[in-house]
Amino acid sequence: MSILDLFKRRTSAPVARERLQLLLAYERQSRGQPDLVSILREEIMAVIAKHVQIDQDYLQVSMDRGATMSTLEIDIQIPNKSAAPLAMAG
Amino acid sequence: MGKVVVVTSGKGGVGKTTSTAALGAAVAKTGKKVALVDFDVGLRNLDLIMGAERRVVFDLVNVIQGTAKLSQALIRDKRLETLYLLPASQTRDKDALTEEGVAEVIARLRSVFDYVFCDSPAGIERGAQLAMRFADEAVIVTNPEVSSVRDSDRIIGLLDARTMKAEQGELVQKHVLVTRYDAARAARGEMLSIDDVLEILSTPLLGIIPESQDVLRASNLGSPVTLSEPLNGAAKAYLEAARRLEGEDLPVVVPFERKGFLDRLLGRRAA
Repeated sequence: MSILDLFKRRTSAPVARERLQLLLAYERQSRGQPDLVSILREEIMAVIAKHVQIDQDYLQVSMDRGATMSTLEIDIQIPNKSAAPLAMAG
Repeated sequence: MGKVVVVTSGKGGVGKTTSTAALGAAVAKTGKKVALVDFDVGLRNLDLIMGAERRVVFDLVNVIQGTAKLSQALIRDKRLETLYLLPASQTRDKDALTEEGVAEVIARLRSVFDYVFCDSPAGIERGAQLAMRFADEAVIVTNPEVSSVRDSDRIIGLLDARTMKAEQGELVQKHVLVTRYDAARAARGEMLSIDDVLEILSTPLLGIIPESQDVLRASNLGSPVTLSEPLNGAAKAYLEAARRLEGEDLPVVVPFERKGFLDRLLGRRAA
């Protein structure tokens, strides 16, 4: 970093514009549609519940949006004591 | 048949009420009959900005519930005889507004006035949706700031989906009014520029209201800035915006601030 950089302040408006453009492109696309993450959460929960009894709280679904790619993260914790398959329980 | 214009924004504190008062008074000055309707039930403020807070007897909710006649609730402005205010109620809860009730009041106002300005509450809930419901045109008040622009985008989506016009397959004519614009900060790249805001919202521009002390002074005095200080910068911008709203083809000049010596020395770039 040169001494001149100390005096050069990066302007913030272009950053604001870029952030807004990215965000709004996504928000417009998903406008009017029900929340994707909660739909996924519900359906995943239903599939798991067919086989294993788990509590709602043990299922975490989150979506991380990137510029070119998004990641969907699903975290399912199956506690050992209640993890008995339904077939066995019944 | 008068025209119904909703003044809306999503975000609070961007200048909806100030703009409703200033634009309404500007249009009324030309001799048109104008009604300003405050939809912010529970948090009314248009009466205060108009300097009519001590003259409120009946309100919008009284009219809808049938406890007062529309003519009893309308307050005539002391400065302009073509300007009227229909205040919101201060005490009742906002569920007091029904869609049928609002439809009837708007229809009656439309038959008597040339312009009906609906001052929307902040947010996207019931009150805001009722304020825009019967609008022909919309003024979207936006500050050059990220959260305001985002909320304006959301409101534009609602205007295209939840209004009577939209449901009938027509479009509410939308205009962006940029308020609190600081040309110096925009020139230094510290504030979203007008081009940025318009590009992001892709909605035509009604006007640019510069950040100004005159606006606060006008609120303090209880007078729309277009009446109390018509020669000041913000008032002129509102007067021009009102002419555009009435259909005049008047180009918008972006307030321009020359880069200062210090900015050049420090190498600050304009956006």
